[in-house]
Amino acid sequence: MAKGSVTIVVERCKACGFCVEFCPTKVLALSSAFNAKGYHPPQVVAPEKCSGCDLCGMYCPDFAIYGYKTSEKTAAGDGLPPAPKPAKEAANAR
Amino acid sequence: MSTAEQTGCAINLVEPFLRMDRMPHIWCPGCGIGTTVNCFARALLDSRVNMKNLVVVSGIGCTGRVAGYLKVDSFHTTHGRAIPFATGLKLANPKLNVVVYSGDGDLAAIGGNHLIHAARRNVDLKVICVNNLIYGMTGGQSAPTTPGNVITSTSPYGSFDPSFNLAHLMDAAGAVYVARWTVFHVKQLARSMSEAFAKTGFSFIEVISPCPTLYQRRNRMGDGLSALQYYKQASRVKHGAPTGEVGLTKSGEIAVGKFIDRVRPDYLELMRAQMQESLGERYVDTLDLEECQCQEE
Amino acid sequence: MHAEPAGVLTGVHFMDGDHACCEGCLAAGARFSAGYPITPSTEVVERFAARIPTIGGTFIQMEDELAASIAVQGAVWAGAKAFTVTSGPGFSLMMEHIGFAAMTETPCVFIDVQRGGPSTGLPTLPAQGDMMQCRWGSHGDYAIIALCPNSPQECFDLTVKAFNLAEKYRVPVMLMLDEVVGHMTEKVVIPPAEAIALEPRRLTTKPPGEFKPYAADGGMVPEMAHAGEGYNFHVTGLTHDERGYPNMTPKAQGLLVTRLKDKICKNAGQIVEFEAEGCEGAEAVVVSYGITSRVAQRAIDLARQKGLKAGRFRLITAWPFPVKEICRLAGQVKALIVPELNLGQMSLEVERCAAGQCRTVSVPHAGGSVHDPGDILAAIEEAMR
Repeated sequence: MAKGSVTIVVERCKACGFCVEFCPTKVLALSSAFNAKGYHPPQVVAPEKCSGCDLCGMYCPDFAIYGYKTSEKTAAGDGLPPAPKPAKEAANAR
Repeated sequence: MSTAEQTGCAINLVEPFLRMDRMPHIWCPGCGIGTTVNCFARALLDSRVNMKNLVVVSGIGCTGRVAGYLKVDSFHTTHGRAIPFATGLKLANPKLNVVVYSGDGDLAAIGGNHLIHAARRNVDLKVICVNNLIYGMTGGQSAPTTPGNVITSTSPYGSFDPSFNLAHLMDAAGAVYVARWTVFHVKQLARSMSEAFAKTGFSFIEVISPCPTLYQRRNRMGDGLSALQYYKQASRVKHGAPTGEVGLTKSGEIAVGKFIDRVRPDYLELMRAQMQESLGERYVDTLDLEECQCQEE
Repeated sequence: MHAEPAGVLTGVHFMDGDHACCEGCLAAGARFSAGYPITPSTEVVERFAARIPTIGGTFIQMEDELAASIAVQGAVWAGAKAFTVTSGPGFSLMMEHIGFAAMTETPCVFIDVQRGGPSTGLPTLPAQGDMMQCRWGSHGDYAIIALCPNSPQECFDLTVKAFNLAEKYRVPVMLMLDEVVGHMTEKVVIPPAEAIALEPRRLTTKPPGEFKPYAADGGMVPEMAHAGEGYNFHVTGLTHDERGYPNMTPKAQGLLVTRLKDKICKNAGQIVEFEAEGCEGAEAVVVSYGITSRVAQRAIDLARQKGLKAGRFRLITAWPFPVKEICRLAGQVKALIVPELNLGQMSLEVERCAAGQCRTVSVPHAGGSVHDPGDILAAIEEAMR
């Protein structure tokens, strides 16, 4: 069961390949789809292997992908993320 | 513990630190500068840095654009002069937590004199030097850090002058914290940045980063990913290595790690001590050094 | 707002211009200076280095003038009033950062104790050869304010004024001394602190989120904020918009750069200061500034003893230039005589503003000493023939 999930901001991706290369469990691969700028953004090819470590997020130079840990309760197989907190609220929480 | 490890947090951790109204940024596909910004954001979170008194100062160049993308009080100054501007900020208000975020050409070529003297004085600045071994913004000219036999637009037949070993320079000038990582080493880089936040004095973190459009392409070294694969394969962690031995070459070993971590009184401490000794009660001390709140409570 | 007593050396002093400048800085509230030694200006910061630790503040000698000229700007954004001091060769080095101060609208003061040039020139001897440079020395379009003291007393008074103008217009202000005024020792009366009016910094009262660092809101001078107050503002030397964000378009350039110029030029009426005496009914008026104005006074006195109707017009602000006044004068006299310790710099501006209504007679002097009053007298006599 996936412990984590990944969000991809498709339009911001420039297909550098860092996330695909350095994901420790090879969750990602460059897709054959195009974004508006003509790049092939990554796609999740092995969602069950995602640990939510967010190394992809740390590598991405375009801030176009990030990973997060999903709780046991929501990992009911749909792999959907919980509703994101607004950015301001999350910042104040620190 | 970073909030990435808390469950249910589904935002990109870097976004609260970015001026999202200025995205997308101008950096090329495969450029490593954005990666260093991710590490910076993680370090800010992990170190619980007080965002109100954090100030980021940049010079000119691709890395110099970092100041404009960070949602903090930030200054995009003149070429080579981020460090003296930062010195003025810090001395006039020691409560500010001042980071200089700039490139190798800006900091070590035109800015070299200021780099040396700020390290000598041990001004309490955290300097992040993104070293892509070239002048990127202006189209790929050679830099003092360009290794030998590299094609650049101003060395079209290959560079031949010896390149700077910035870690050695900073060690010799007196920096209290000198580390080098590459953009492959995201975790270690974030950790080094956190360590620099905890230091008082002149900290220098060199980050080797690819310039795919100019350095990599002109030297047929692939793209940004190829560079990171090279960094992964060629890097050797050598904490505490003698800095004279960590020079870089075109495709040889990259020594990374924390080379220097020492304690010296910083400029303001020294100034205060000298004034108190010479002037005694006549010295009007406005520095409030103990009250620098660089971390959140 | 008035001066803080801690920084005001109230009393009657016998001091030279450089020292009086330093006291002016302290009285104006300057609590940070970064400098680099250069003759004949160094005494200003030497005195500041000695005085500031017992008042509260910092002096740092930087590694060069490039560093000094921008360190003071960092200090301003951190909340201090700040200045630096130099002479010709250092002034040339500072030009990029004078432009940066103009572009980022950083209030600060640059003191230039002019010496013989060009290049290393005459380090210990006077000239007035940087007058065009102070106006036009950095690249691009911008405007600055320049003041010319002609005595140690004016060195004190005009330094305080320089800081006030810098804050009011958010602009770098040049204080253009020369080596003679800098090194001459005269009576300087420093009033009590409550008699010294200071212009407060234009700090915003808007909350973060509403504040835009370069929004002039219909006026020409925006409010500013200090680093560390939670405003999260961005300052850049790139052409920028009201948010301070780079906006490199012709439209943004036009808006910004025109405003940088207009905020000085359109306010010239409130900034320009001069001394005019005996100009009504004069046949020739001597236009001068700095130490040359004192030599010119002697020449005018000699001319009047000979029965010649000579007037005196002294520039206190060299920039903005008193365009209207010179134009009006030019319509009333045969000649405007402009002695300067240079080969003709402000005389070009006089000639431009005279617009052909009268002759403009330059009385040049390459520098190294002051004029012989006889040379200025000869020019007056010749003009009236």
